Parts: sequence; C-alpha cells; structure tokens
Amino acid sequence: MAELIDALQPYLIPTLRVVIAFLVLSLIAAAMIWIERKVLAHLQVRLGPMRVGPHGLLQPIADTLKLLLKEDIVPAEADRFIFLYAPVISVIAALTPFAFIPFAANDRAPDVNVALLFIIGVSSLGIFGIILGGWASNSHYPLLGALRSTAQLVSYEVALGFALVSALLLGGTLSMRGIVEKQAELGVWFVFLQPVAFFILFVAALAETNRNPFDLPEAESELVAGFHTEYSGFRFALYFMAEYSAMVLVSAIATTLFLGGWLRPFANTEVVIQGFDVLSLLDWMPVAVFGFLTLWLLKEIPGADSNTHRLALLIFAAVFGGVAAALLLPGVLPAVQGVFWFLFKVFIFLFCFIWFRGTFPRYRFDQLMRLGWHFMIPVAIVNVIFCGIGLLLWQQWDWNLAGAFWVGNLATLLVALLLAGRTPAGQAA
Amino acid sequence: MTFYLATFYVLGAIAVLSALLVITRRNPVHSAIFLIVTLLSVAGLYLQLQAEFLAAVQIILYIGGVMVLFLFVILLVNLEVTVRQEPFNRMWWIAGVAALVLLGELAVTYYLGRQAFAIPVTPAAALQPNTELIGRTLYQTYMLPFEIASVLLLVAMVGAVLMARRR
Amino acid sequence: MGDFGVTQTVLGADEIVLNMGPQHPSTHGVLRVKLKLDGEKVIGSECIIGYLHRGVEKIGENRPYTQFAPYVDRTDYVAAVSNGLGYCEAVEKLLGVEAPPRARWVRTILTELQRIASHLLWLGTHALDIGALTPVFYTFREREEILKIFERYCGARLTTHAFRIGGLQYETYDGFEEDVKTFARDFPRRIDEYEELLTGNRIWLQRTKNVGILTAEQAIDLGVTGPVLRASGVKWDIRKAFPYAAYDQFQFEIPTGANGDTFDRYLVRMQEMRQALRIIEQAVASIPSGPIMARVGKVIKPPPGEVYHSIEAPKGELGYFVVSDGTIQPARLRIRPPSFINLQAFDTMVRGHLVADVVAIIGTLDIVLGEVDR
Repeated sequence: MAELIDALQPYLIPTLRVVIAFLVLSLIAAAMIWIERKVLAHLQVRLGPMRVGPHGLLQPIADTLKLLLKEDIVPAEADRFIFLYAPVISVIAALTPFAFIPFAANDRAPDVNVALLFIIGVSSLGIFGIILGGWASNSHYPLLGALRSTAQLVSYEVALGFALVSALLLGGTLSMRGIVEKQAELGVWFVFLQPVAFFILFVAALAETNRNPFDLPEAESELVAGFHTEYSGFRFALYFMAEYSAMVLVSAIATTLFLGGWLRPFANTEVVIQGFDVLSLLDWMPVAVFGFLTLWLLKEIPGADSNTHRLALLIFAAVFGGVAAALLLPGVLPAVQGVFWFLFKVFIFLFCFIWFRGTFPRYRFDQLMRLGWHFMIPVAIVNVIFCGIGLLLWQQWDWNLAGAFWVGNLATLLVALLLAGRTPAGQAA
Repeated sequence: MTFYLATFYVLGAIAVLSALLVITRRNPVHSAIFLIVTLLSVAGLYLQLQAEFLAAVQIILYIGGVMVLFLFVILLVNLEVTVRQEPFNRMWWIAGVAALVLLGELAVTYYLGRQAFAIPVTPAAALQPNTELIGRTLYQTYMLPFEIASVLLLVAMVGAVLMARRR
Repeated sequence: MGDFGVTQTVLGADEIVLNMGPQHPSTHGVLRVKLKLDGEKVIGSECIIGYLHRGVEKIGENRPYTQFAPYVDRTDYVAAVSNGLGYCEAVEKLLGVEAPPRARWVRTILTELQRIASHLLWLGTHALDIGALTPVFYTFREREEILKIFERYCGARLTTHAFRIGGLQYETYDGFEEDVKTFARDFPRRIDEYEELLTGNRIWLQRTKNVGILTAEQAIDLGVTGPVLRASGVKWDIRKAFPYAAYDQFQFEIPTGANGDTFDRYLVRMQEMRQALRIIEQAVASIPSGPIMARVGKVIKPPPGEVYHSIEAPKGELGYFVVSDGTIQPARLRIRPPSFINLQAFDTMVRGHLVADVVAIIGTLDIVLGEVDR
C-alpha cells in the first residue's frame, strides 16, 4: 500500500491543479455567456439580460440550472451510445489541454517539453465530439453541420499549426513555460516580432471555434443549429461548455505564445521619475480593477429599483470589495500577479471574439474554404519561412532582433497582398 | 514499478481488444471509433517509453488528422449497405490459419534470436530532450531515407490527385 | 418548372430536391421554395406561394370604397402608408377629384418616411440573413422614430390607414414638422453608420457582389420594378415618369446600379433613402396651408368606368386597377403588387448559385408575403 502511495505521490498535485483548473474554467465559461450577451447587447444598443440579479449577473446560473433540469431527449433512430457520449468527448478535448498551460510563473502546471504539441493534439480531438454527435443524431441538418464543421476545422488547423510554428521557432522550445520565459528573457512579446503569425492565429482561432464570421456550422439562417440541433438539456449544455472552453483555450494559447503569458506589460522596462519606477504602478492593477468594480456597484445601489436588487448589488460589491481587500494582504498580490495578467489578456482576446461577432457578416462555405486554402495557408507557410530566415539573420549573422524579423514580416505582407490581389473580393463562385 | 506495469498491461489490453473490435464491428463508424481507441492507447504506451514527442505526433497526425478524414469519408458514403454486409466471407478460416502460422513464425524467430533482441535499457536521461533527439536523428543521421520516404508520399499524393482528376 | 424527381446525372451524384420553408427562418414569412440541387449548387427552383392568401381583391369587390381602404394596409404590411396612397389616388382618379395641396404635401412626406422605414426593415433583415447580427438593431432604432411620427399622426404604427379618399382625415399634429425635421437632420448620420458597417466590408462584398445578377433586358422581360429594376441600370421611377401626390414639385435623383447584382441593389436602396430624405426636407419646408379634404360625398359612388393608377412603392410599382359600375362597390378590383412580380425573377437570379446565396437573393428581392399572396 505504501508503495502505491509513493508511486501516486507525483500525480497528486497535478490532479489537484486539474480539479481547480476545471472548476475555474467552468466558471469562466459560464461567465463568458453573460459577458457575450452583455457586450453584444451593448454593441447593438440593447440592454441584454437585466432580470436575474443586478444587470443579469446571475443569468449564467439560471441558464445552467434551466439546461440541467430539461429533459434529455435522445432521438428514436439515433445511435444511442455515441449520441450520449459525443458531447463528453468535446468537453474532455476542450478542458484537458489546460493541464499544460501555465497560468502564472508560480503555477504548478506540468512543464512537459512537448506541451504545445499535446495541446494541439488533444484539442483537435474535439472534432470527434462534433462529427460523432452530428452523425449519431441520424438527422440531416446535424450531419451537414458536422461535415461542414469537420472540413472547416481540418482546413484551418493547418494554418493554425503554421502560425504556432513561428512562435516555437522564436521560443526555441515546445514547452509553454519555456516560450513565456524566452519572451521574458528577450524583453519583447512575440506578437511584436511575428504580427503576421499572430493575425493568422487569431483568424484561424475564430474558424476553429466556429465564431463569426466563420460560424457556418451553426448558420441559423441555413442549417438551423448545426451539429447540436438534436441535443437538449445537459448534453446541449456540455457542447455549449466545450465551445466556450475552446474559446478560452485558443485565447490562452495565443496569450502564452504571443502575448507573453503571465508577464506584466513592460515587465523589463523602467520609467524612473524622481527615483520611482512609474511602471511598477501596473503591479497594483488587480487591486484597482476590483476596487473599481466595488465602487461602481456601490454607486448603482441608490438607483436600484427594488430592495432585492439593492441587496444583490450589495452582496456583489461585498464580494468584489473582499477580493480587493484580500489582495492587499501581505504576499497575496505578488502571488496572484501572474494569474491576473494572464486572465486579463485572455479576456481581451475573448472580447475581440465577441466584437467580431457583432460586426461581421458570415462567409459562404466555398469562400471560407478558399480563404483557408488559398490565402491563410500559403501566407502562413511563407511566414514560417521568413521567420526561419529571420532567426538565421539574428542568431548567426548578428542582426538586430526586431530588424531581422520585421524584414521577413514585410516580405510576408507583400506576398499576402499579391495573393489577396489574385483573388479579388467580388469573385464569383 | 507496479504502477508502471499496471498501466502498461491496461493500455496493452485496451489496444489489443479495441483492435479486435475494429475488424469485427459491422458499423464502420463504430470500427473507426475503436481504431481511435487503439491509437490512443498506443500513444499512451509511447508515453510510458518516454517518447512524448512520438505520442504527441501520434495524436496529432493519426487521430486528429487521418482518423478525422476516415470518419469524414465514412459519413459521405452510404452506410446502410455496409451495415447489412457480412464483414467476413467464407475464406475467413484460411486467413485465420495464415495468421496463426505467422504468429508461430514470429515466436520462433524471437526465441531463436533472443540474444539479438536483448536491447540494453537506456537511462531515461539519455532520451531527453526528446524532440531535439528525434529531430537530429531524422534530419542528420537518417536524412536520406527520410527524404526518400517524403518523396514517396508525395508521389502517392500526386498519383491520387491525378486519378481523381481523370474522372 | 419541370420534373423534380431525383434523377441520376452523368457524374453519378444524386440531384437533391431541398424544400425551404414555409417555416424557414430566412424566407421572410411563409414563402416556400423548392430547390433542385446538384451538390450545393442550385440548378432549378420553384416558389410555392399562397400560404398567406386572404382574397384581398375579392374582399374589395364586396365592400364600399371607403371601407376597403384599411384592407390595403394589410397587403404590404411593412409599407402600409404607400398602399393607402395608391388606393386613395386610384379612387380619386375614378371620381375625378384631386386632393388639396396640403393633403398632397403631407401624403408625400408620410409616404417617403414609409419608404425609408420599409428600406430600413429590408436592410436589417437582409444583413441578418447574411450573418451580420448588428445592423438590424440599428435600423429598428431609426424605424422606431418613423413609426412614432405615424403613431402621433394617426394613432397606428403599422397598419396606419393614414389617408382617406379625397385627402386626409386628420390635420397634422402640433410639432409634426419639427419631428420630421429632426428626423431628417439626424438620419443621414445613421445611413453613414450603416454604410460604414457594410459597404466597405470585404465579407459583405464577397457575399453580395456578383450574386443574383439580373441584366437590364432580363429585368424588363420579367417585369420587375422598383430598386430591383433600377439596380440593373434602368432609370425608371413612376415618381418621375407619372408624377403623383406632390412629387413633381421636388428635386430628387433616381439612383441606378450598373451590374444588377445584390450589392447594387443594396447601394440603390441606400441611395434611395438619402433621396427620400431630400424630398422630405423640401416638402416640409414648403408645406402649404389650406384644406386637407377635397369635396367628396359621404357615400362614394364613382361614375361607371375603369382606371389604373400606380405609384412607386418602396418595393416597386404598386398599381390599382379599379372598375366601377356606378354602385358603391367596385365591380372589379385588381392589385399589381411589386413583390409578386419581383419574385418571378427569383429563378433567373438563383440558378447556378449556392444554397447559401438563396438566402441572400430572397433578401435582396425585398418581398413581403402579405403582398405576394394577398
């Protein structure tokens, strides 16, 4: 028995971390639903959810409860076993990769030297959830949606992979922690060295997560709801969660590879005015954010329309105020510094996702595939080549770091312009 | 060491069992799913051997790439016919005998040449950094075979495209 | 339209017959479209209409002239004011009376406001079909302002019954002119906003350019009218050709397109909104005072005869053919609805395009099923 415990010892802390990450991620995914509805509403001059809790803050809980309590319908002609377990595959594939993502310097994420490959590999398993769910429903719209999804995911995964390659070339390692540490060492986020790769990653991420303008698998004006048309209740909620977790996942990958992971902006720079580093004020940002939230909620209390509303506002204000106060305790702020900046960047990324959804029309399927194969992939390949050349110029021929890569970037942009010119915007099908 | 062995046997059993299920299921989608399970457990075995790069590539290429395309094609063709067909025809026992003979041959070969198979245990540290080692091996030591293999694959691809276009 | 059975083509791929509607989210009501597909490509189509047929023309033949007026609001229910104008003017022509100037000015203002409202509704839903979620909320915000003006004027927002045979029933309310002026002042900025969202957007261009092309000859042969015709490059507008209401008093241009594709129809409608604003501004500035009702008997009993009168409704030529036998009811009443005739172009436009384009083409035709089916 003691031998078994010893053998299991190294697995315990990672397991604990996985459990915590899973809980936090479920919360983030739920919060994302609220944020998405709210941001979209404000873009569209509406209010969005306002009824459940102050400014609809409790809406995600209500939605989740509703979905959990709904009947779990399995179509009569469905392939029962696969139908029941397909959503589980999606969720597992969307959540497992978080095991390898370091949220902070002091995060105990396993530092695997092929972490990036594992993340790509495991997250690509999510396709099976979609394709099997669509097939098992034994219905036309889900099957068509699943086929479209698969074609789209496979196509854009190539571009996504190439975009990641330039980051790992710069980082010189496949370890997520190593890539962030390299960014800290060089004192520059890779997005400033490889903006084209970042752009490709961003667009491919939109396509990978089926977000506007690539939300064809769920194009409600054409395919009803795509692969999850026949799903209801808890299993639908699982797909929903997988989708939002996948969004968080690609944002987390982009943050780690290109936006410096847990690093604070200007981590290596000092602007000293009268013997005081002004930029170190950024360290107090977490306190400022929660403090601001508290004050804003307190300001809302007099204007609230009912006592329940006031009470709810007060509770939320107390929670946020409590967090702000806890951050001021000795030792807490440095400990959460990394996590805060990581999540901050992730949320900026997620906000862009929502913003795009409010702005862009949808691509047609053939246009989407043409964009993927005829534009994104060639540009991504060219970018990798120029990134390699840049690496050579910088390491072997002692060029300036920025100069070496920006020459390549400009050349890539030139190629991109040529490609874009060859397929004019209004080209017919 | 018990934990290590336990995982090995569990993964091995899953791999063999689901490989059998791949060829015995009538529904090609089910077969594909079991093939995925087999490949996943093999990836697990790679991990046990400290070959995490291979494991990751196995997942990305075979499961995330090849199997997705498999399923894609299966969904495009008409399934009802295949479900009704017998997966084995009357010749199955000949194939069974052939397989048994092959197994016997392999066993005998292994037994006779057991000295040659006694590969010395490599210390785990020598296998790290895994990715770099594989990269060096592929692109320096075995550069020519690697390139020949890639040209071969390219030929196959061009051939497939040509055949598809002729239609 | 030929046989829609599943047949084997040379390539061995099955031709699929896909049924869209009558309850599909983007067929704008109860249009049912049968599509013959080769893969995702449309090789034939058939529109099945009549799900909203209420026999409006027959109702008209069994009602006194005045009592039928509210019914016309319910044909093209997103442009009720225009329908009312067409019908009232047709009966006035039959009676041989003309509405007094003030009535004609107010009619022009309200009809042009209605044109903008109708185009706004089209823009929002069309963009929504193509996947742009946001414009519909913006256009409904502005449409609301127009509907508020209608509501203050006649008490109704949608089926307004704003005009009467012979003129207007109600004098404009206090502040009518200010409301219209405020709207005309604020609205151009809003159009700029929509154009910013869509006109230069690459995805929007890709989805609309070269989609559903209708050449000028095809357009004329099919009898389409309104923005659909003008986008094909034919400069035809009844407001200029046979001026009615007070249109001969104002300066405005007829926007036309060059290629007759979905994008041109979009541009034409956007321009039309700006031109409508020009008309409204001029009309409000020069609105005359005086009576609002011509001398028309309590019981309308036109002399025997027949008349065809058409106006440029937001969707195209809206005509009323009324035959009188000297009684208080029309002997025959026929409506020429623009949506119905424009829908004929659907098959020509959709052939060779993909299923996803069908949605865009239905949207660009700007049909209202109440008017198609009557």
